[in-house]
Amino acid sequence: MDRAAIIGVGMNRIEASKDRDTFADMVWESVNLALDDAGMTIDDIDNVVTTSNDFWDGRTISCMAVGDASGVRNKNVSCVEGDGTFGAFYGLTRALSGAYGTTLVTAHSKGSESVSSLISNASFDPIYERSLGMDMVTACAMQAMAYMHRTGTTQEQMALVSVKNHGNAVKNPLSQLPMDITVNDVLASEIVSDPLHKLDCSPVSDGSCAVIIANEERAEKYSGTPVWVKGVSFCSDSYFLGDRDISRAPSLTRAMEKACSMAGISRPDREIDIAEIYDAFTYQELLWLEAMGLCKDGKAGALLEKGEFNMNGRLPVNPSGGLLAGHPVIAGGLIRIAECVKQLRGQAGDYQVQARRGIAHGVNGLCGQSHCVWVLDSEK
Amino acid sequence: MSKHLDDIEPMIYESRISVPYQWWAGETASAFFVSLRDRKIIQGTRCPDCSRVYVPPRKTCPSCFNRSMKPVEVSNSGTVTAYTVARRQFASLPRKVPVIFGLVQLDGADTSLLHYIEGVDPDEMSIGLRVEAEYAEERTGNIRDIKCFRAIGQERS
Amino acid sequence: MGKKRVAIVGTGQTLHRSHRPDVNGQELINEAVQLALEDADMTIRDIDAVLIGNMDHFEGINYVDCWSVDGSGGVMKPIIKLTTGGTTGSTLAIGGYHMVASGMFDRVLVIGWEKNSESDTTGAITTAFDAVWDRLVFAGAISGLAVEAQAYMARYGATDRDGARVSVRDRTHACNNPHAQLRKKVSLEEVLESPMLADPIHLLDVCPRTDGACAVIMANEDHAEKITGTPDWILATANRHKYAYLGDVNWGVLDSMSEAAAELFKKGGIKEPRKEIDVIEMYQPYSFAGIIWLEDMGIAERGKGAEYIWSGATDMGGELPVNPSGGVIACNPIGATGLIRCAEAALQIRGQAEDRQVPDVKLAVSSGFGGCMWSDLILHGREKPEF
Repeated sequence: MDRAAIIGVGMNRIEASKDRDTFADMVWESVNLALDDAGMTIDDIDNVVTTSNDFWDGRTISCMAVGDASGVRNKNVSCVEGDGTFGAFYGLTRALSGAYGTTLVTAHSKGSESVSSLISNASFDPIYERSLGMDMVTACAMQAMAYMHRTGTTQEQMALVSVKNHGNAVKNPLSQLPMDITVNDVLASEIVSDPLHKLDCSPVSDGSCAVIIANEERAEKYSGTPVWVKGVSFCSDSYFLGDRDISRAPSLTRAMEKACSMAGISRPDREIDIAEIYDAFTYQELLWLEAMGLCKDGKAGALLEKGEFNMNGRLPVNPSGGLLAGHPVIAGGLIRIAECVKQLRGQAGDYQVQARRGIAHGVNGLCGQSHCVWVLDSEK
Repeated sequence: MSKHLDDIEPMIYESRISVPYQWWAGETASAFFVSLRDRKIIQGTRCPDCSRVYVPPRKTCPSCFNRSMKPVEVSNSGTVTAYTVARRQFASLPRKVPVIFGLVQLDGADTSLLHYIEGVDPDEMSIGLRVEAEYAEERTGNIRDIKCFRAIGQERS
Repeated sequence: MGKKRVAIVGTGQTLHRSHRPDVNGQELINEAVQLALEDADMTIRDIDAVLIGNMDHFEGINYVDCWSVDGSGGVMKPIIKLTTGGTTGSTLAIGGYHMVASGMFDRVLVIGWEKNSESDTTGAITTAFDAVWDRLVFAGAISGLAVEAQAYMARYGATDRDGARVSVRDRTHACNNPHAQLRKKVSLEEVLESPMLADPIHLLDVCPRTDGACAVIMANEDHAEKITGTPDWILATANRHKYAYLGDVNWGVLDSMSEAAAELFKKGGIKEPRKEIDVIEMYQPYSFAGIIWLEDMGIAERGKGAEYIWSGATDMGGELPVNPSGGVIACNPIGATGLIRCAEAALQIRGQAEDRQVPDVKLAVSSGFGGCMWSDLILHGREKPEF
């Protein structure tokens, strides 16, 4: 792929409920942070891709709510409905297609404004499944059970993900849930659906994020430090949970292979320095790490116990605190990209790790049906 | 945000969207539900190319794109391949917790069907459990014509 | 790798109908997909990525791109959903273009669909508008369009009779199109006598609700000419989704159309669109738009749109036929509609439009409309573009 870079990022504080902000207010804030970060004005932006979800927003044509705040009035604009990593992918193609040099990508949602169980239940097939009443939490609990059964991963190992990520969040001023907890705290929290406890689950939050992507020609024209996109790919598994082996993530494996191949990476477990991945639930961090080949299959839990994925470990995973510490749906994956960019630039403040090459990852659909993987590099 | 807004009381406006739906099941799904309602038989479809038997049935094979899928009866008995026990009373649940959800691979099918599991203590639930469809007394042609899948004996691993 | 030229190499549409009870949504999608693959003589294995869209609240299914993989052929492929309201179909076509032009994919499948029969259209559309400021006083799509028509009529002295002439044209054209939902002519009197919905819009001035799907296959230059001898090259795209609040709109002039058109023709090197463009497939959700937006596009002079229509210039056989397919008034599966305009323009360029073929089409324009008076435009050409 042609060279492209992320030259600006902006995110606001993730909160349980941003009472004072509409969708547009949140996006306005993160867009301006991204523009300032890049040393650009809105006139330097050639085109815009917004990312939103009609169900979560309670608005059909949800992109309309944030058009003004994203600066679209006199520009070409489009909207992706899905996780922010997918929106950023489309934004990237628009910077590489010859029509535009810079793309502003925004993503938002306000989990506080709706009943998340009903919204995620609406992803179930209306004819064969929806009336049974499963939602995202119970579906993922079922996946966790299958994953534990296949790999022998324990509840304690899963809980350790929560301990790590909430602990990492203590150093991240934008996170919603910085917490100093223990494995016992997690296991003692309310059991929501076997095997998941409350502290195994991410919250449903309010937040937004904006990133600016530029092609090679424009990437070094502004003051923002470019982080180069070396590879990116996405892939979707089957839809019905019963069609899939939900204890595995083959679509993630395929997306990762493709992205790494584009980046010239043959041993991601050795060549990647930091990973911001989509930990909507504790078990997911472990399952995704294995599916991506960042560690051996079935071994993520044991390696976590050894400290491999801690801030000072072999491969820091989610030094930002991840989604467990704050999860605005849709924006979640774009925030992973933004956090990875900060790390690779050396701008992560108190939670900085040594990193030249990183992975940012986002998920769409039930139980990680569809994954998008970005390979980012501080060097051109 | 602007300072002059700091002291303003944030207002919240409540509403519900009302968009009623009726989904066309299509012929393939209709045949499945008629079979549940009238014959208490679960019907899948088989792809002539890859021979996979899909439950719920498909009009077209998702991997081969073959459109000449053949209806195939599968057993009312099967094995649980994944499950969870819902303990918190989520808003989407139409029943009181605990509710056991399971993916059931019926004998003769290559995919699993999502449904409720009963007849087993939630704390004793396990992958590999053998279950059998229990039908509702009053059936109207929808997935709840199957009341649940009931445990029928020893686990098979 | 790098910027690549992109062409449409195959299209497929269902026979769009008011109700399709024989299929569920993703089976409907599959019909269009299979037709497009047949048209391009490709298999699903040849497709590198799938773009899909609809308006969620019309089907009540969240994460539709995930839900529809069986029908779209997307299992173990990259799938992405684009949705921008009424412009969804054209947004998707533009998305397919960028995905291929960027070099990221060689061949993509673009799908737009809607099963309008499954929901309350007005209930769904009303949720598009801001819950605090606009929703309580707004009643579906028609009232906004009526405001536009009234503003234009006040300015230029047009009447509902002028709008009706557009309906007559499109309903006549639709008789040549087996895919269109409404294939019966209407007369001027019938339109004017049909029930008034929102002054000056009569029932026969507006689009129906339709179940339908459309699929378009795009390929880069390395593949396009191997797949077909008649590729439809995408020469340029432009859009504006300007407004978020109804009160901001400049009623009576479709700003988004005039700005997007100016950009489109500049990018495409078109100096006199009325002379150079051979056919237009316009997303025209109601008749009056066919007058106003031709002016906004720069085809007719400001205030002279009705005169242009009455002259017969936009009828089949005229100097610049508009909507040979019958357009949106004859058929409107909303999430597909913008993509159908694109597919119909492609059929015209490729000489595949059968009874609705305009002779010798070298340049075509397809458009999308939606949201709060938004416009999308695509310029299609028979000749491979220079770089």
